[in-house]
Amino acid sequence: MLDWPILSTITYLPLLGALFILLIPGEDETVGKNARAVALWTTVATLVLSIVMLVEFDGSRTDLQFLEQAGWLGGGIDYVMGVDGISVLFIILTTSLMPLCILASWESIKTRVREYMVAFLVLETLMIGVFCAQDLLLFYLFFEAGLIPMFMIIGIWGGARRVYASFKFFLYTLLGSVLMLLALIYMYWQVGTTNMTELANFQFTSTEQTWLWLAFFASFAVKMPMWPVHTWLPDAHVEAPTAGSVILAGVLLKMGGYGFLRFSLPMFPLASDMFTELVFALSVIAIIYTSLVALAQEDMKKLIAYSSVAHMGFVTMGIFAATQQGVQGAIFQMLSHGWISGALFLCVGVIYDRMHTREIAAYGGLANRMPIYAAVFMLFTMANVGLPGTSGFVGEFLTIIGTFQVSTWTALLAATGVILSACYALTLYRKISFGALENEALQSITDMNGREIAVIAAPVAATIIFGIWPAPILDLVSASVEALLVNYHDALTGVGN
Amino acid sequence: MYEAIVFLPLLGAFIAGVFGPIIGARASTYVTSGFMVLVAILSAVAFAKVAIYEGPKTITILEWIHSGNFEADWKLRIDTLTAIMLVVVNGVSCLVHIYSIGYMSHDPHQPRFFAYLSLFTFAMLMLVTADNFLQLFFGWEGVGLASYLLIGFWFKKPSANAAAIKAFVVNRVGDFGLILGIGAIFFTVGSIHFDDVFAAAPALAEGNFVFLGQIVPILPTICLLLFMGAMGKSAQFLLHTWLPDAMEGPTPVSALIHAATMVTAGVFLVARCSPLFELAPSAMTVVVIFGAITAFFAATVGLVQNDIKRVIAYSTCSQLGYMFVALGVGAYQVAIFHLFTHAFFKALLFLGAGSLIHAVDNEQDMTKMGGLREMIPFTWLFMLIGTLALTGFPFMAGYFSKDAIIEAAFAAHNPAHMFAFTLLVVSALFTSFYSWRLMFMTFHGKTRLTNDQLSRIHESPMVMLIPLLLLSVGAVAAGFAFKSLFIGDGQAGFWASSIFTAVDNHILHDLHDVPKLVKFSPLIMMVTGFVLAWYYYIARPDLPAVVAREHELLYRFLVKKWYFDELYHFIFVRPAKWLARLFWKGGDGFIIDGFGPDGIASTVLNVTRNVVRLQSGFVYHYAFAMLLGVAGLISWFMLGGGK
Repeated sequence: MLDWPILSTITYLPLLGALFILLIPGEDETVGKNARAVALWTTVATLVLSIVMLVEFDGSRTDLQFLEQAGWLGGGIDYVMGVDGISVLFIILTTSLMPLCILASWESIKTRVREYMVAFLVLETLMIGVFCAQDLLLFYLFFEAGLIPMFMIIGIWGGARRVYASFKFFLYTLLGSVLMLLALIYMYWQVGTTNMTELANFQFTSTEQTWLWLAFFASFAVKMPMWPVHTWLPDAHVEAPTAGSVILAGVLLKMGGYGFLRFSLPMFPLASDMFTELVFALSVIAIIYTSLVALAQEDMKKLIAYSSVAHMGFVTMGIFAATQQGVQGAIFQMLSHGWISGALFLCVGVIYDRMHTREIAAYGGLANRMPIYAAVFMLFTMANVGLPGTSGFVGEFLTIIGTFQVSTWTALLAATGVILSACYALTLYRKISFGALENEALQSITDMNGREIAVIAAPVAATIIFGIWPAPILDLVSASVEALLVNYHDALTGVGN
Repeated sequence: MYEAIVFLPLLGAFIAGVFGPIIGARASTYVTSGFMVLVAILSAVAFAKVAIYEGPKTITILEWIHSGNFEADWKLRIDTLTAIMLVVVNGVSCLVHIYSIGYMSHDPHQPRFFAYLSLFTFAMLMLVTADNFLQLFFGWEGVGLASYLLIGFWFKKPSANAAAIKAFVVNRVGDFGLILGIGAIFFTVGSIHFDDVFAAAPALAEGNFVFLGQIVPILPTICLLLFMGAMGKSAQFLLHTWLPDAMEGPTPVSALIHAATMVTAGVFLVARCSPLFELAPSAMTVVVIFGAITAFFAATVGLVQNDIKRVIAYSTCSQLGYMFVALGVGAYQVAIFHLFTHAFFKALLFLGAGSLIHAVDNEQDMTKMGGLREMIPFTWLFMLIGTLALTGFPFMAGYFSKDAIIEAAFAAHNPAHMFAFTLLVVSALFTSFYSWRLMFMTFHGKTRLTNDQLSRIHESPMVMLIPLLLLSVGAVAAGFAFKSLFIGDGQAGFWASSIFTAVDNHILHDLHDVPKLVKFSPLIMMVTGFVLAWYYYIARPDLPAVVAREHELLYRFLVKKWYFDELYHFIFVRPAKWLARLFWKGGDGFIIDGFGPDGIASTVLNVTRNVVRLQSGFVYHYAFAMLLGVAGLISWFMLGGGK
């Protein structure tokens, strides 16, 4: 155990970097250059610190570690930070994706570099905060404030329809956050504190649970996103700059799943149990419906965005199956999808930077001139399809067998995703990479450069290593998930007595 | 040693795939092929050690997925069944590697090709050495990936890309069943290790569980789900459509993957799960029926194809049907025996066809060939040996294994056994007919090649002929050399625990006691087929066209492969495309967005336009919407909603 507040340090270090960038004097050109460098070193330092935390973390314990507690607003509302096996890896996911985002924006962002870097660093602080916060109000603040920089990243550095996209993004999430705020106030009213550990120990009546569950569900379902509140995601992705898409798919979507695990299951077990069928139904619809929609897409980013919704369907299904394999699979799937979809958006970014179009039909035959790109893109296509040996398989498979024990129908319908994902992913790959190089503009396209290869190397390694040897991740979350599920099932059986 | 057998091909694939551009084409081919020669020799040693001298062995490599009571590790399990597969896979793969050095010598992407071949071999080895269902699934999908990559190897060809995707997707339909089967096994047994599952089989045979809202018997359900996987990989009736199209890949690929090894994975799976299938008679009946239909269906289509590779592909499909009939009647050993001999002569036929195609400038249409015997005599000889072995000429490989399947079908007690027997005998006639038709159309009669083609015709180089020679030895000798070991009196000791047969399963014994007429039926069919083919394609070469015209409906039905592609296009592809657009434009666009964000947005915008006139900008929208939210919140509280 460390004797200094490592969580707060990791959380606020990016904010410090952002302040520093704001103070950089000089011409636009030099400011941009320095802002990039500061942002990169800040995110790398944060990554290093988070790895120190991971090393110190004890995976066999189920309680909160690195606990920090300080008075804040008083009246039971304190500043509480802590991590357990469920949250610790999401922090690593965030801190490891950030340097890649900065590098991916190195050349493609040319305007307002200073502001861009500040927005990303602030976003990092808020995202890490979400996974560290152990006080509901603190969580809420991080959770909702994270919208603002993302909103700006899409709205300022986005594509042609950026205003529409950011507005849609905002409207959806606003709906969720208002309801969640109400639930928060009600819970504080009832329990007298917003400390999450105490909230989890408090027993709400089953009617209260139903309403509170729905309020939280509204917020998390939008974030996931679940069908039918998913339509903001394709637009947001399409308009967002590459790094924005990476962070959106890689981390922001995971907050919904994290929320289900942190709030819905432990605090409202009765309601979670009651609504299991609903979640199963929505998950299965998400898998089948959005996979089919993905099949018809003409825009690369939209296709990947829809496939994200389908993959998140496995996550919600696994979480509410409430079995060890289901929940562990869901967490693994979230992490793995974090780097796989992030990498897919990076892949899109590579050719977008060269051709300035996301239209699938504008490409074809890239394998002729870009062999490295073709190989990397193939790997992530296969990971997206869930090929065993890639990390994409582990989570998908575990959630399916975890759900099989609860509902064979759900598992069966979800497993059709195995077929559908192959259809859309391979079709996309074929249209981009295979065939003859017919388009005149593509004749001189160049393969990935050193910087691009360096950016993609980490997700490549993660996809293969954790596909073959997922033990480090599964072992780390195992104890916490087990404790969560024991409490959950105790709460359910407790009702009968 | 066993680690080397499995992982050397992976190392080869890595070297050729990653460093190929640096070390060059020649080095890549030699490294991968060299590794394969070594691995093939080691496999023979492993076969002797495991199957004959020392018995089964298990080696743990690495922990894989552990979650709660779910455990699956990377392990190598070598027993007799695996050892046979090691010999088949590595033997054929080694020869195909060497053959490809010649066949692919003009291709600019040789390192990539050899990397894929070795990758395939590795995946296939992981499949056959699996100790649990998940590692089997890894190999299962791995060979699917390699197959996809190799079918689409010439990625500039649109037809090759389409075939590659079709192969992957149709296989995934089977995998869907396999995943659910694994799920059902874990659910009912609590483990997916072969030993645990097989030990639990007798208990499962008694039990029922709720599956899809129905109470169903456990074991047949599991077996049928696993069989669905086998149907996809082994191109059985209904999931067969990908195999003929897979011929778009380079010919050595067809020989290795789509004849000798990958397509037999389904046969291997059922044989491996003999402890489960043996106790689920109803599932066995399904296997018999599908096997028999496949054998018959594919043989009928093979009769009228003109593309030389497609004829052999349908032949493969048909022979796989034979193997499944053998499995279904409980004669697992016979099925594996046929798998073993078939690997030699079918790889021989494919590589021979490759040599032929090579000689005639990549022409594959048999109607444009003919009279090649004198020009490429070695290729002719090897093809002849392959044909004799396939059609079951006495004392060649197929004579022992295929005839044993037909006899087993007759002697079995399965309710569908006579159905299967009848179809298999008829198929034997068709097999002989299409095989000899192929020989006559290509090597005999008057040549239909252009003068240009004739001027450049050449026999293949030694590097291609030597693998053909070695396979010929197998096609001649594999039958009589291994018959007594595989299905003779001492078979129980040879197979040991790798194949389970119930106490009342005497099929291997009973198949010797069938009537003389049954024993001779395959031979009669073979001779009849030969005579018919000779009559139609040598004596009266004008006749086939006449017959086709007179029975046009039937002819078209066969040429169109029973219209499966059209049917699937109509019931799966088109509705999927239609649904995709409906959900996208109608569901997402019209309903969800129309009544959701766009509807709200336009309402809000209308209101705000009237309230204040500000330059458009999202910050403003943001603030306004926030305000709305807060206002709503406060009013809700003021009205006492929060209590």
